[in-house]
Amino acid sequence: MRVEPYKIVNRSLVTLLAIIFIFPLIWTVITSFTPGSEIITRSNPFAVQHPTLDNYKAAWEKVPFLLYYSNTIIIVLGILVVQLFTITLASYAFARLNFFGQGFFFILFLVQIMIPPEVLIFPNYMVMKELGLLDTKMAIMLPYWASAFGVFLLRQTFKQIPFELDEASRVDGCKWWQTLWHVYLPSARPTYVSFALVSISTHWNNFMWPLIVTNSVESRPLTVGIAIFAQTFETGVQWGTVTAATMLVILPLLLVFLIFQRQFVESFMHSGIK
Amino acid sequence: MAQPLSGSYGGSARRRINWKKQAFAYALLLPSLIFLTLFTYYPTLKTIWYSFHSSGFGAKSFVGFDQYTRMFDNEVFWKVLKNNLFLMIMTVPTSILLAMYVAIWVNERMKGNGFLRTAFFHPNVIPMIAIANIWLFIYTPDYGLLDKFLEIIGVNGPNWLGDSRVVMWSMVIMIIWKEVGFFMVFYLAGLQNLPTEIYEAAKLEGIKPLKLFIKITFPLLMPTTLFCMIIATTNSFKLVDHLYIMTKGGPNNASNLLLYHIYENAFSFWDTGAAAVLTVVLLFILLSISIFNYAYLDKRIHY
Repeated sequence: MRVEPYKIVNRSLVTLLAIIFIFPLIWTVITSFTPGSEIITRSNPFAVQHPTLDNYKAAWEKVPFLLYYSNTIIIVLGILVVQLFTITLASYAFARLNFFGQGFFFILFLVQIMIPPEVLIFPNYMVMKELGLLDTKMAIMLPYWASAFGVFLLRQTFKQIPFELDEASRVDGCKWWQTLWHVYLPSARPTYVSFALVSISTHWNNFMWPLIVTNSVESRPLTVGIAIFAQTFETGVQWGTVTAATMLVILPLLLVFLIFQRQFVESFMHSGIK
Repeated sequence: MAQPLSGSYGGSARRRINWKKQAFAYALLLPSLIFLTLFTYYPTLKTIWYSFHSSGFGAKSFVGFDQYTRMFDNEVFWKVLKNNLFLMIMTVPTSILLAMYVAIWVNERMKGNGFLRTAFFHPNVIPMIAIANIWLFIYTPDYGLLDKFLEIIGVNGPNWLGDSRVVMWSMVIMIIWKEVGFFMVFYLAGLQNLPTEIYEAAKLEGIKPLKLFIKITFPLLMPTTLFCMIIATTNSFKLVDHLYIMTKGGPNNASNLLLYHIYENAFSFWDTGAAAVLTVVLLFILLSISIFNYAYLDKRIHY
């Protein structure tokens, strides 16, 4: 079959654009293996004569990565686990129960989508101060424990589950939470996976809020740690160390993304459909 | 909706059971509502209250619109607002159109398309703060990746982040780079829902591809476009992490944005009045976007 010229032109353009898009990442990877002395003098920014792991060693020594990794993992999972609990209960109520003021409560939840916690950094700092939680991992997690976005996503899925399954499990003598566990959770699995991936990547990457409420190495996540570290550098000689440290921050999520690529893209696709 | 427990019971018993069901529903909402109250409703109201009260010497006193007029008289405020509008106008249509174009060409199940999708989407799994680290080096004068590249074609690049006339353009390019892949994903979803019969018919009729796009694909993708527009517009007010690394809003506030300006006022200048007023302004903008979305756009979107 003949391929039309316009297809060749457009596909070439898109491919060229994709290469331009991936340039920064490739350049970062290469620079992270380049010795400091070569970075300033090299004329080809993608060439490295004596690749080295020194930058990674230096970064690992200067930044308490293990602590930051564990902080970030605790925060991300701490948010996710509670979110799964709160959104499951609320979604079940919205999808399957009739109660007084349902529409009103739905709008009340909607408010969080219109006013996301990200823009309430200043008043929420005050709230954390009142609660005496400044400089704790708890303070980073708390504002995200309710997720209106998750509730809407899951409610939609719960509504599509045949009500007969619900009734049948009740006839079998299941309590409501057993029905939830045995009927709703397995049927809604893809939605849970989508929500989890979006939640994990959002909170792994979150910066401004943790920056504001934390003030010590013990509670800081990776993003804040790396930002404070990068600030101490200005000149090109240290680019190697900073890019190596940056790679160490983005690598875990990037690897997960590359492995579960289709799942990831489909999750984000799914999250956009109302 | 079916009510599994009612029906077989007598009148009074049913009422009691319904009461129980009401309470049950509220109990299920309660965990979410606690956190929403503490970290969304309460802080929102608190900010509004703060914006009308001045904290002179410890005690708060009602000052009416004083803090608002002080803000509106400040030219930095208008500069920041203008920057935000510039960012919105420059990034929203460009990244959406680019995303649509790219999605159409990586949609088919073809060898290599997986790589192309990854290339466009990967900025979305990198923290904004790491992106800022990388792009700071790209934009560094002379040694940076961009200037090294321009050197080859004999162009002397401007001071990408240091020149107040150029810095917003540099930010626009970076934000577009970050966002295209995100919207591409929604277009990929949108394209999957298009009726294939139309395209088969169009092929038989011999309709030109460009005409097919303008007459059929573009209009059918309208719901996705509107959805992306809302997200992109909101994002243009939410994405500020990079400023902390790259410019701190400078030079001379040339790249400052509203949310970052809130951060500055609250935690660098310790001007809580200004931070409260700015937060109210931002809330007002975001609510306007949402109301426009639900009142106007939602009627035209049908999934």
